[in-house]
Amino acid sequence: MSVHAAMEVATVEKRRSRTWGKFRRNRIAMFGATLVAFFVVVATLAPILAPYDPLLTNFMAVRQAPSAAWWIGTDELGRDILSRMLFGARASMLAGVVSVTIAMLIGVPLGLLAGYFGGWIDAGISRLTDALLAIPFLILAIALSAFLGPSLSNAMIAIGISVAPRFVRITRGQALTVSAEDYVQSARALGASDSRIIVRHILPNVMAPLIVQATITIASAIIAEASLSFLGLGLQPPDPSWGAMLSIGKSFMVQAPWMSIFPGLAIFLVVLGFNLLGDGVRDALDPRQDT
Amino acid sequence: MLIVRVVFQRIIAALPTLIIVSILAFGLQKILPGDPLLTLAEDDRDPAVLEALREKYHLNDPLAVQYIYWVKQVVRGDLGSSLRTDSPVSELIVQKLPVTLQLSALAMLIALFVGLPLGIIAAVRKGTITEAAVNVVALSGMSVPNFWLGILLIFVVAVQWRLLPASGYVPMSEDFFMALKTLIMPAVVLAAPIAAYLMRHTRSAMLEALNADYVRTARAKGVPAAAVILRHALRNALVPIVTLVTLLFGELMAGAVLTEQIFSIPGFGKLMVDAVFTRDYAVVQGVVLCVAAGFIAMNLLADVLYVVVNPRLRHA
Repeated sequence: MSVHAAMEVATVEKRRSRTWGKFRRNRIAMFGATLVAFFVVVATLAPILAPYDPLLTNFMAVRQAPSAAWWIGTDELGRDILSRMLFGARASMLAGVVSVTIAMLIGVPLGLLAGYFGGWIDAGISRLTDALLAIPFLILAIALSAFLGPSLSNAMIAIGISVAPRFVRITRGQALTVSAEDYVQSARALGASDSRIIVRHILPNVMAPLIVQATITIASAIIAEASLSFLGLGLQPPDPSWGAMLSIGKSFMVQAPWMSIFPGLAIFLVVLGFNLLGDGVRDALDPRQDT
Repeated sequence: MLIVRVVFQRIIAALPTLIIVSILAFGLQKILPGDPLLTLAEDDRDPAVLEALREKYHLNDPLAVQYIYWVKQVVRGDLGSSLRTDSPVSELIVQKLPVTLQLSALAMLIALFVGLPLGIIAAVRKGTITEAAVNVVALSGMSVPNFWLGILLIFVVAVQWRLLPASGYVPMSEDFFMALKTLIMPAVVLAAPIAAYLMRHTRSAMLEALNADYVRTARAKGVPAAAVILRHALRNALVPIVTLVTLLFGELMAGAVLTEQIFSIPGFGKLMVDAVFTRDYAVVQGVVLCVAAGFIAMNLLADVLYVVVNPRLRHA
């Protein structure tokens, strides 16, 4: 390794540790990260943690208030709400991560193409993005999942397509700026191919804003999935999802408020966690705040 | 005559977007499984009749030609008829839209009253516990699922305290106070994320303005702190906020979908959800097209307002 390359690695390492240090000192961001970690663990370990079978009905114990036997009560069919919520965490986390992955798989390549090549490619991709952004994200997701049919995977596809334009826009803007930089120009002068320039030089420089956007978009994707399943367009009963639990709980609000309070609280906390985390990552990655 | 030029330029720029939106809406209808004709023809499966219907609805023409026919229809204000009730989609939309607009306007008002002052406070008290607290409140507003907030409010305010009606809708022309009473809770629910956005944007715009040279000059020549904040900094910070308010239109429309569902308000959002469940695709398509057109119009308005409220551009 040449001296120059070694120095470059050292700077990258330094920058990385500084970003991490800044993030760690940010208590609010750490709280967000803890919330997210908590829900990841809960979703993963649901089968071990759940005290009951989430689908097991018990007509002797319908709409029981929280007690030692059922920590946060039972629902209208006597199912344990805690167990259903633990398994429901899986649908929410999965929807958040998978739909954002779909959105990035569509959005990032399109954004790179538009930003790097410009011209009519850019014009075409940008107009399509504008058109999709003109339809509010949740309305587009509802319309798409109505046409695709109600299920968790269709909901994830619908949400993924609906948020993809955000990634196109961010990637394109970033790629446009980076393409004009001297090091990209020199790479081109040295005869690097377009695909090499895009993958080696542009993509790494687009990553920081993409990570921030992905974190925040997971938050909106989780709310969107909960909204779709609240409307009956997500995971189908009897499988547990927080949105659907709330939708049923709503009818029993007076007799059994715990049926809606806890699933809603879970959605709120996990979304808050991702939003706090996203904010913290943005602050940590923002070079303008380095002093 | 800069404004006229800006309006003209933006309309030209918005046209391709509008055309693509219309192609998407048209495409939605085409990717539907099943032959819509079989529904129209009902029990009459006579090939001759089907062929006549196909001719009548131009279904034998290439897709591009079908699209042109459809656009001509839409431009005339004809969005087709509801497959369920047979009433024209445009009529349904005209009926439901004012309800949602009332709700949205009230929500925006509440959001402005909460978001602006909080944003200013957060910027002025930068680096203090107050700023951190306001930030957490704003992020909570963005994170709370509006259907949950709605259910909780109904439970506490309507069921426990019996202060406001739990749901329903009364037209303003019928009983103004009753209308306000039924609208206030849904408006608060709809306002929560909007207030959060406004707060965060006001905060960053104010932070930028407070760092500007003219603010330092004003301070240096002894202008009272409150006057510096309100007259010098806020005035400039409001420029991006004014355009943001118009751009939040889409957010309001999306929020209205679930809010109206929870509070049983017969608006635009409920029209769409009901249509989704009765598989009334003509209505879904009409709603999507309308919302997108509205959003593009609001974008146009945002660009114009930006010129209007920004004297530097006005005199350029």
